Amino acid sequence: MSKINITLPDAELLLATLAEKLKPIVTPETALVGIHSGGAWITERLLPMLGTEVKHGMLDSSFYRDDYNQRGLHADTKPSQIPFEVKDRHIILIDDVFYTGRTIRAAMNELFDYGRPASITLAVLINRGGRELPIAPQIFAMQMDLPKHLNLQLLREEDGSFYLTLEEND
Amino acid sequence: MFNPQLNQDGKLKHLLTIEGLPKAIITQILDTAESFVGVAEREVKKVPLLRGKTVCNIFFENSTRTRTTFEIAAKRLSADVINLNVNTSSQSKGETILDTIDNLTAMHADMFVVRHAQSGAAHLIAKHVAPHIHVVNAGDGRHAHPTQGLLDVFTVRRYKPDMHNLRVAIVGDVLHSRVARSEIHALTTLGVPEVRVIAPKTLLPTDVEKLGVHVYHDMREGLKDVDVIMMLRLQNERMVGAMLPSAQEYFKSYGLTQEKLALARPDAIVMHPGPMNRGVEIDSAVADGKQSVILPQVTYGIAVRMAVMSILAGNA
Amino acid sequence: MKIHIKNGRLIDPKNKIDAQQDLYIAAGKIVGIGEPPEGYVANQVIDASKLVVCPGLVDISARLREPGYEHIATLESEMQAAVAGGITSLACPPDTDPVLDEPGLVEMLKHRAKQLNLAHVYPLGALTSQLAGKEITEMSELTEAGCVGFAQADAAITDTQVLWRAMQYAATFGYTVWLRPEEAYLARGGVAHDGEVAARLGLKGIPSAAETLAIATILRVAEETGAKIHLCRLSTAEGVEMVSSAKKKGLQVSCDVSANHLHLTEHDIGFFDSNCHLKPPVRSIRDKAGLSAGVKSGSVDAICSDHTPVDDDCKLLPFAEAEAGATGLELLLSLTIKWAQQEKVSLLDALYRITTSPAQILGINAGDLSINSDADICIFDADIYWKVTSGALYSQGKNSPFTGLELPGKVRYTIINGHIRYQSD
Repeated sequence: MSKINITLPDAELLLATLAEKLKPIVTPETALVGIHSGGAWITERLLPMLGTEVKHGMLDSSFYRDDYNQRGLHADTKPSQIPFEVKDRHIILIDDVFYTGRTIRAAMNELFDYGRPASITLAVLINRGGRELPIAPQIFAMQMDLPKHLNLQLLREEDGSFYLTLEEND
Repeated sequence: MFNPQLNQDGKLKHLLTIEGLPKAIITQILDTAESFVGVAEREVKKVPLLRGKTVCNIFFENSTRTRTTFEIAAKRLSADVINLNVNTSSQSKGETILDTIDNLTAMHADMFVVRHAQSGAAHLIAKHVAPHIHVVNAGDGRHAHPTQGLLDVFTVRRYKPDMHNLRVAIVGDVLHSRVARSEIHALTTLGVPEVRVIAPKTLLPTDVEKLGVHVYHDMREGLKDVDVIMMLRLQNERMVGAMLPSAQEYFKSYGLTQEKLALARPDAIVMHPGPMNRGVEIDSAVADGKQSVILPQVTYGIAVRMAVMSILAGNA
Repeated sequence: MKIHIKNGRLIDPKNKIDAQQDLYIAAGKIVGIGEPPEGYVANQVIDASKLVVCPGLVDISARLREPGYEHIATLESEMQAAVAGGITSLACPPDTDPVLDEPGLVEMLKHRAKQLNLAHVYPLGALTSQLAGKEITEMSELTEAGCVGFAQADAAITDTQVLWRAMQYAATFGYTVWLRPEEAYLARGGVAHDGEVAARLGLKGIPSAAETLAIATILRVAEETGAKIHLCRLSTAEGVEMVSSAKKKGLQVSCDVSANHLHLTEHDIGFFDSNCHLKPPVRSIRDKAGLSAGVKSGSVDAICSDHTPVDDDCKLLPFAEAEAGATGLELLLSLTIKWAQQEKVSLLDALYRITTSPAQILGINAGDLSINSDADICIFDADIYWKVTSGALYSQGKNSPFTGLELPGKVRYTIINGHIRYQSD
């Protein structure tokens, strides 16, 4: 494994930045929906930081992915939890890293099977460039362009704090 | 060792029997089913996983119930469904089971869900289908009914999450029951420490203990301190051939009444694969009582079958 | 035809010879062992270096499928298979179509077989008409036509009185009654050994007691009627013990085991392999060990092939619906050699069970390499291995539980009445 000469940002700082960017748009008609698993972790941490009660849920979009025929069913599926009415709601979709856009496409398809939202805003920690679909995050804590062969991941320490890792793809 | 259910990568290719399935695969099916239970509670109960794929229900042995659940499961996965009830009379006109299968392959099916009156039929079919076709055993003779076994342990896991601490009793005609055999394999593979079978001697297979179960002929003894009671259906044919004298006598010794239920743990759950013979193997009061989870079993049956089909269809 | 077989390892189980000895044949008989008779000049010399020379095998049960089942196999193909398997004499059960219960049918079969000029065929006549277990057959007439004994094949007689009278009648004339012991009601509908495997696979079982109860009945009736009996295809360890006790008591009883049962158990059914659907069923490991011990001790007199060719389509069915049976003529020698290797039995003792002993049971002159015996000889390579595949078999029955396996022993020459009737490539 060759040495990767890229400095990774502090995930905790990014989280705080994201929270600040979200505060102005959170209303009683908002709901946060975190995408399993990174988005769900972030949503959990964001809730107390936003200052008000916000409806929230979690989406596992395994059943809507576009790579099922190539790779089979994703091994680690979790039940989605949307304990509120999606119809007419302003949804803020939360994910950790925005890359090709395919995960978001799948998540939106799934969300629409719950009902017709008033709007969907996509908020991520890092927008790493390299999208393959006409989808983009409206809110992000940081933008960094990364080459295709590198995989950026959000991980969680035992105490719950976040950190980022960057590895060569297999 | 060669396992006809797995492909070269060790992934599930056919679901023929629970026996010999790695615990990890069983767990994957159950965990995936959890997600499908959630889907059933939504307004749009469909997911697009099997869109463009064709599932063929080939029932050589009739069963509207089971066929319907498989059909619902397949449709909720967005699959196209073909139902074929192969009359045994057309079979006796000379078309063998494999001839029927060959004819169906031409219809571009991706998955065959098969039920047959003979043990081993699903294995025979799986051996002969084209390489891309997946076979799901919906019941073969007395041998196996794996999706039922899976939905039963799924139910147990939902109500009694600590499987390593359970006593489970299976009551009834184990000898003729593919459901019982599948339940036994599923429970033992998942590590349930005590699985009991309760039945008269005429309704137990020879050497049944070798399957890893404790044998009881006295239902009152067998139900003591049990956490889960799995009832089996008694078929009318058993009264012929000197295995049982009458349904009434059977009910007296082996029917589940409230009085006998009280011998189990107070929070014990009562299960039945359906359809029930009220007053033969189970009392109405128990079937409709608060310890009964018979109705949820049906819902879980759809989720488990969706899990099985979606895992299979995604593997090579 | 004067044939000199030289440099071979001569194994004559009857005379207990296992030595490097040449063999000399003339006019269809053995005329010299070790030394040629005076003035002997061979027309043909067979170099049997590194090969075993033994009496031609005697297979006491091979279904030739004629008359009646020619769509499965014919006399031509099966007799060819027999000589390819080193078999020079064989007995066939009466469950043909029509059943061998009329002298005319027996004569026709014998005539057909004789014309082919391959192995000698000794038919077993039906004990009861149509094998129905009700009326006895014309046993004298049938014997005159060529039957060497009377059997029921797989059709057990359920009426004990009929069984009694049939055995009494046979005893009157000293005919041997051949019965496969299976209590019909306990075996009814069963397809596998009633034990752990059948329990797991959900197959209807045939309990061991079906065999032992039938043996008990048959032995008792034999004792009362004085009939000479041969029990076919034992499958239980307990059955072997019962025969052993009966022999000690002085009863005229012999028995055989199928070569398949010396190698297979219920566990070989695996994932419903219908090639293991046999009659009687393959049973437990304990039973297999008991059968093996029986062959070694002599409680079991002979090993046979139980050759039963089945149409391929009839095996491509769920286990219980598949037709029972396996091809066997070309595997008898190899399976016997393999058994002998595994059980550390000498080749001489093993060959005894497929030559001399079965010949004695049939009451024929065979399995014997003494001077003036018929020159029915098998010459084989005991060390070479061959793979069991459809292509390797002459028989039209390609169904075998040993398909794909490599077995020891290949026949190089089969000589019948002093003529080479088979020669391998």
